[in-house]
Amino acid sequence: MGDNITTLNVIFTEFYYWVTVVFMFLIHAGFCMYEVGASRRKNHMHTLMKNTMAIPLVTITFYFFGWWIYFAFINGPGIVEGGIAAAEFAKPWSPLMATHLSGPDPTMGVSEADAALWHRLNGVFWAAFLLFSITTASIVSGAVIERARMSAFWMVAVLIGSVAWIIDASWGWHPSGWMVKLLGYHDAYASGVVHAIAGGAALAFLIVLGPRIGKFRADGTPRDIPPHNPWLVTIGLFLIYTGFWGFYAACNIPMIDPGTIAGQITGETWTTTNIYLTPTSLSAITFNFLMSLSGGLLAGYVISKGNPFWTYSAGLCGIIGASAGNDLYHPIQAMFIGAIVPCISYKLHYWVERRFKIDDAVGAVAVHGYGGFLGVVIAGFMLWGQPSSPYEGYAAINPLGNFIGACIMVALGFIPTFILAKILNGANLLRVPREVELVGLDFQDREAYDAAVADVTAAERAMVK
Amino acid sequence: MSTNGMTSWAVDLKDVGAIYPFQGSEVLLVILGLAFWIGWHIWQVRHENAELASEKKRGTGDKARKFIDRY
Repeated sequence: MGDNITTLNVIFTEFYYWVTVVFMFLIHAGFCMYEVGASRRKNHMHTLMKNTMAIPLVTITFYFFGWWIYFAFINGPGIVEGGIAAAEFAKPWSPLMATHLSGPDPTMGVSEADAALWHRLNGVFWAAFLLFSITTASIVSGAVIERARMSAFWMVAVLIGSVAWIIDASWGWHPSGWMVKLLGYHDAYASGVVHAIAGGAALAFLIVLGPRIGKFRADGTPRDIPPHNPWLVTIGLFLIYTGFWGFYAACNIPMIDPGTIAGQITGETWTTTNIYLTPTSLSAITFNFLMSLSGGLLAGYVISKGNPFWTYSAGLCGIIGASAGNDLYHPIQAMFIGAIVPCISYKLHYWVERRFKIDDAVGAVAVHGYGGFLGVVIAGFMLWGQPSSPYEGYAAINPLGNFIGACIMVALGFIPTFILAKILNGANLLRVPREVELVGLDFQDREAYDAAVADVTAAERAMVK
Repeated sequence: MSTNGMTSWAVDLKDVGAIYPFQGSEVLLVILGLAFWIGWHIWQVRHENAELASEKKRGTGDKARKFIDRY
């Protein structure tokens, strides 16, 4: 594995990503708590299982083809020169997708260069990206609670989590992605590549799915369907905030020397970089994460007049709104962006709800979709003219490039989800029957639970002397 | 033109300082940030005053007793 410094760096990097994965699991604990808290008692277990089973489904499909897509589709294919890029180490049958100690094996497609880089990093990089994938799918889950069929959501979860989002990551979140080269697209902590695409997918799903029974009155005005347990919702969001520390750290390369980047950077100063291999620091993103969260919470409290659900959501939306440029913003800039974006998203949420009768149960389209889209657009203005890459010949960051990029992100989530949802709806697989929705999706489980409780308590009572 | 003065990464990192956009506006940013903070307190106190006044008016009689019993 080369000299001792290289060895230490590889093992440090391996451990670094492993820690980010552990942190990011908290996002999913948070999503589960949040969704169960937001649903009514009659739908708890269904809501929980719907979100939980997205984890194994996205995991295995991301192993089978998602990870390979990230490296293979950087040129489109067909948008810039190069076709499908070689990515032997990411194919599911590669020995580097398993325990490996760095010896090259050309007969199995393991080159010396691939073995040296990937034998210790493939698993942890894969897992970090996988956790982004599951996050993307989970965002959609919350929006469609209490009436979507689990089977439909799980198919959409695989489509978004293991195909659509990783295509957009390959295009706009890879150092050699065509969107970075041609558009100067900059989205360091995934405002667009995770959040806007998930928001677009959630919106498409909701349009085809329709609102929950009782959400709208006969005159079309919306009813509030309050969360059954606001405490669970807020603790869930706190856990999501905590998991986001891992999310942010996982978007960086922790330690790299300019020689390894092999771009234009001169000298011998090692640095932390973002996903595009341009320098930033863990300290910078720590400043900006906390300031954008705070901006979001403060503004969310004002805009929602102290509503806990929206104040917490605005905190998250504040982070998402600043994420595209949080590698480079000044902390006070991050705070203001984090304050402005949730206010616009909040207003848009209610306008869309009234105007188009969209029942987004947890505000996912607002927080992730509008927040992510706006975050990418704002970064284009704020970082205008800055280099998007350490390599020569790439477009500089610019407002038009980021605006086009933000539209691509939303479209990549919206279009495939809309098509799949339409197909599922046509096959009567999208929504639970009206009768089941009315009594609750847990009706049968609840009956079995009550019968079991009655049985065991009767037996115990009979034993009392 | 670039909002942080950098147009290329063809530099030695040991010579690079701040890379955030609009350098030179730090004092203005702090002033605006302080105004945001103070403004938030002013809005919050007014909002809380209005909320407490409303609750004081509504929380009487049987309704108040019912809420006390909810614990």
